Amino acid sequence: MTLRLMLAFASTLFFAAAQAGEVTVAVAANFTAPMQKIAKAFEQDTGHKAQLAFGATGKFYAQIKNGAPFAVLLAADDETPARLEKEGLAIAGTRFTYATGRLALWSKQANVVDDKGEVLRSNSLNKLGIHKIAIADPKLAPYGIAAMEVIHKMGVQGSVIPKLVQGESIGQTYQFVSTENAQLGFVALSQISVDGRIPQGSAWVVPQHLHTPLKQDAVLLNAGKDNAAATALLKYLQGDTAKTIIKSYGYAL
Amino acid sequence: MNLSAEDFQAISLTLQLASVTTVLLLLLATPVAWWLAHTQSAWRAPVASLVALPLVLPPTVLGFYLLLALGPNGPIGQFTQWAGWGTLAFSFWGLVLGSIVYSLPFAVQPLVNAFEAMGPRPMEVAATLRASKWDAFFTVAVPLAKPGFVMAAMLSFAHTVGEFGVVLMIGGNIPDKTRVVSTQIYGHVEAMEYSQAHGLAGVMLVFSFVVLLGLSWFNRRTTRHQKVGA
Repeated sequence: MTLRLMLAFASTLFFAAAQAGEVTVAVAANFTAPMQKIAKAFEQDTGHKAQLAFGATGKFYAQIKNGAPFAVLLAADDETPARLEKEGLAIAGTRFTYATGRLALWSKQANVVDDKGEVLRSNSLNKLGIHKIAIADPKLAPYGIAAMEVIHKMGVQGSVIPKLVQGESIGQTYQFVSTENAQLGFVALSQISVDGRIPQGSAWVVPQHLHTPLKQDAVLLNAGKDNAAATALLKYLQGDTAKTIIKSYGYAL
Repeated sequence: MNLSAEDFQAISLTLQLASVTTVLLLLLATPVAWWLAHTQSAWRAPVASLVALPLVLPPTVLGFYLLLALGPNGPIGQFTQWAGWGTLAFSFWGLVLGSIVYSLPFAVQPLVNAFEAMGPRPMEVAATLRASKWDAFFTVAVPLAKPGFVMAAMLSFAHTVGEFGVVLMIGGNIPDKTRVVSTQIYGHVEAMEYSQAHGLAGVMLVFSFVVLLGLSWFNRRTTRHQKVGA
């Protein structure tokens, strides 16, 4: 390498370092795994660093209202970003859907869940001795609302509702099923899929027409207004690298 | 204050849970505390540490391990299934079990203190008067340790009422079966129903203050008595 080339290389590095910024992101808990991967790729590709905080969207909403320094919110729904925008806490026009969640009925045991969800009908539940079915609290979690919609659309309220146990979040719902305290449960497909496959137990990936789409929206918050890294991250989330990662975790786009 | 029917359900369930837990806990904690107060065994330190664990562990850790233990593949789950009770997660008795673990140090510690404060003399005197061990325990030790029992009962009850993490992890939030006051408040706050959260949270706040105030009065009275007696 000649001296000149080395100098040029060093100055590019210096330039990139001077440009590199940091962005603090509030991320919906169900998006934890893909976002960790995306943040790593983002840092490699742009030099910007993303600091990630994972948690419940409702909690982030309360924190943002009380001045939390998040620059970007990746919500678990599309209502919270819209509400933040309406209340003047997010930058208008920056909202977009970064992923659409998929719902799955899952059992840790093989051969329990069929590929049409017929297991939810009362004779199958009785035959298999299933007495607990987990869902996320429909009052708190979009995945819980979607699960209730599926139950009503299939007309299985009578057999399913008396057996329901509610997790406070979709994370806890997953815990109930994975420890087999509940034999069945409506979880996020992203929780049980690895590289587009479901390696354990049996599952029915619920067709999207059975419930309101689980749109997850991102938005630029006031704290990220003049932050180049924040804008870059939102752009990166809509790029091919991010999209490939998002899809590999069982989200629709 | 605007408490709904569901809020009252949660309050009543919480009081039932705390009552059952307190009674069972006193029965369990008394022999443990007696042993801890008197033993010279090398096992004393490990057992005392085990009993104190819930003080330092986050309730989510207790809840998580309970969830694993209660499940069909966990040791407790295998036992309850063998006994024909099914699994205990999402049931009232599951919550009782969780609460007993969670409140154990609050029952054991005051009793150990009371038994130790008694010293060996009263039991020795009872023995010289030919009282049997059980007789001496119930007619001498228990009355002398009464302040310890009262303190243990009040602390266990109040601590169980205030329990949150464990019931959240193993409760399943079923109305009238496993939804207690603390999880109901949590639900209200998360759903941004702040005025309803205020109602219940206010009840909790007043309750906790009254219990602590009662304990403090009770403590002053008994220490004064003891000074006068001495």
